[in-house]
Amino acid sequence: MYAWHFTEMPYPDHPDPDTIPSVRVSLPNKHFDPIIGADLYNRYLDEHMLADELGLNIMLNEHHQTATCLDVAAPLAAAILARQTSKARICILGNPMSNRADPVRVAEEMAMIDCISRGRLDVGFVRGVPYETFAANTNPTQTLERLWEGIDLCLKAWTHREGCFNFEGKFWHKRSVNIWPTPYQQPHPPVWITGSSDKENIREVARRGFTFAMFLQPYVKVKEMFDAYREASVYDDPEEVRRHIAYMPLVATGDTEEEAEGFAKKVAWYLGAKTAPQFRNPPGYVPVSFNVSALKGGYAGRTDAVRSKGIDYLKEQGVMMFGTPDQVFEQVKAFYDHVGGFGQLLMMDQAGHLSHEETVKSMTLFAREVYPRIREEFAFKPAKKGAAAQ
Amino acid sequence: MAEKSSGNVEILKIQDIDLEVERRGAGPPLVLLDDEEGLTRESPVVDQLAKSFEVIIPSMPGFGRSSRPNWIETMDDIAYLMLDFLDQAGVEDATLVGFSLGGWLAAEIATKNVSRIARLALVDPYGIKVGGPWDRDIQDIWFLTKEEVQALKYADAKNGDIDYPAMPDEKLEIIARNRESFARFCWQPYMHNPKLKRRLHRISVPTLVIWGAADGVITTDYGKAYADEIPGARFEVIENGGHFPHLEQPEHFMEVLGGFLADAQKAA
Repeated sequence: MYAWHFTEMPYPDHPDPDTIPSVRVSLPNKHFDPIIGADLYNRYLDEHMLADELGLNIMLNEHHQTATCLDVAAPLAAAILARQTSKARICILGNPMSNRADPVRVAEEMAMIDCISRGRLDVGFVRGVPYETFAANTNPTQTLERLWEGIDLCLKAWTHREGCFNFEGKFWHKRSVNIWPTPYQQPHPPVWITGSSDKENIREVARRGFTFAMFLQPYVKVKEMFDAYREASVYDDPEEVRRHIAYMPLVATGDTEEEAEGFAKKVAWYLGAKTAPQFRNPPGYVPVSFNVSALKGGYAGRTDAVRSKGIDYLKEQGVMMFGTPDQVFEQVKAFYDHVGGFGQLLMMDQAGHLSHEETVKSMTLFAREVYPRIREEFAFKPAKKGAAAQ
Repeated sequence: MAEKSSGNVEILKIQDIDLEVERRGAGPPLVLLDDEEGLTRESPVVDQLAKSFEVIIPSMPGFGRSSRPNWIETMDDIAYLMLDFLDQAGVEDATLVGFSLGGWLAAEIATKNVSRIARLALVDPYGIKVGGPWDRDIQDIWFLTKEEVQALKYADAKNGDIDYPAMPDEKLEIIARNRESFARFCWQPYMHNPKLKRRLHRISVPTLVIWGAADGVITTDYGKAYADEIPGARFEVIENGGHFPHLEQPEHFMEVLGGFLADAQKAA
């Protein structure tokens, strides 16, 4: 199993959420101080470089118009880190393809970063969370369709080697695509996709051999989705299937339980970040059946129920993993057993007001005292003969 | 809300679309294009119209029980589909009345072909861009809170209260699907067809534009500008009526609509 350091690069010093309708989408940017922003960007990039030194991989994402995430261009952060790191794999999870103007531009950017990093890039594609439809003005009823059309176009741009091709799809028209450079990894970098509840979409991810990632969900739900993925996987070798399954909890490691709990409470800030209800559920983003529940008052957005609970409940559910190195190891192991195994541990180990010093402490403890045990306990066994190649 | 009388509902096949069509009353044909929430068809106004007309209510693709194939993407597509429907239904000299989103659709249809339409009434329709790129002609109902939207839509916000949990699932499914389809067709460009304003001059039948004076989603000024683009259109304002003036002021509304229909009949 591999572990990945992740932060959304938050700007936590915004007004008290009780005094504002939303931290996302509509919080006026007069509350952003670029002097503080400059410090934060450099600090978060330093922490990613530390991850590289510690032997952890790096995950990046992007959001827009929100104090929860200053990384508004994951390819930019990835490009910086492609030069400033040497060992870590860098996973963008992901490029919000549904909200991108041009998938061919995405193909070019990823190919360039892959070359600069000499093949250390993992390329995630995401549909984008509901509130992103406001910043991007993407029709919320068409995000999945755009995602897949964009992925197909990007993959073709990466792999078509014999001059120009044309494309006239529903959302994009291209008359002569022939990207320079191509990706460093051939035929293309590993592809990742996130999901939460749409099983048909998960099966499509599995059939294509892409890595499937889930974020911050209770283990019962995670197992259900991982099972759907496993059943449809293109890979014959179960170890290869497991290598393509990723999960992200919030993670905090301390010398003592008390210290870890202090870190965990700060990191849990992320779950409490306030988003106005209308931004959480634009019409058509989720299926009609969910909105029938919403009209009855039973559904208020995909993750609300989980997020409003305390950290001990979240720890039981596997949404958070925190404690001493021994305890964190045991929690990873328990979650692994609950969900039928997985291969990539994506760790949101920085959020909210967790300071640089605290983040370094938590990351270092994890990397030195938890990660070696995880690597050993959940090592990938060599592929059996006849297993499908990646 | 008053219970509607039960109409005769059938599902017609038009191309690959299952189109739900309700008919109520008897008399000359009045094609009624419902609002995006499906509120109009349940209002007493329809029963009153059904006393003098055969009221024909086709549900747009994705609304009510009409199917919504993926190729239906814009109000322009739906307008052509409705022209196919009018041909198939064989109506002649029809009165076309559209409410809100249905008003936009009625305007689209009338710019394309009025061979089966004799007169047109638009009630607080969306559909055109009046101001410049920085102007918000139509309040962003998806960005605002539901409380804010309700206050903008109704002269008296309480008139918009609906007890959703008390409704059967089948009804809630239609409501949820209506909302999804509304976003599919109107998310961007937001609530308008950039081409429509320049086409409104083609409307060659007597036209009435009715506006709720208290419509906070689209103001009376917008309504006036809309009517000004349609040759000879009459513009009437309903006091104490919001975006659905016929729901909040049904008597005044019927007076205005009835007067127009009588005059249009005389002129013909």
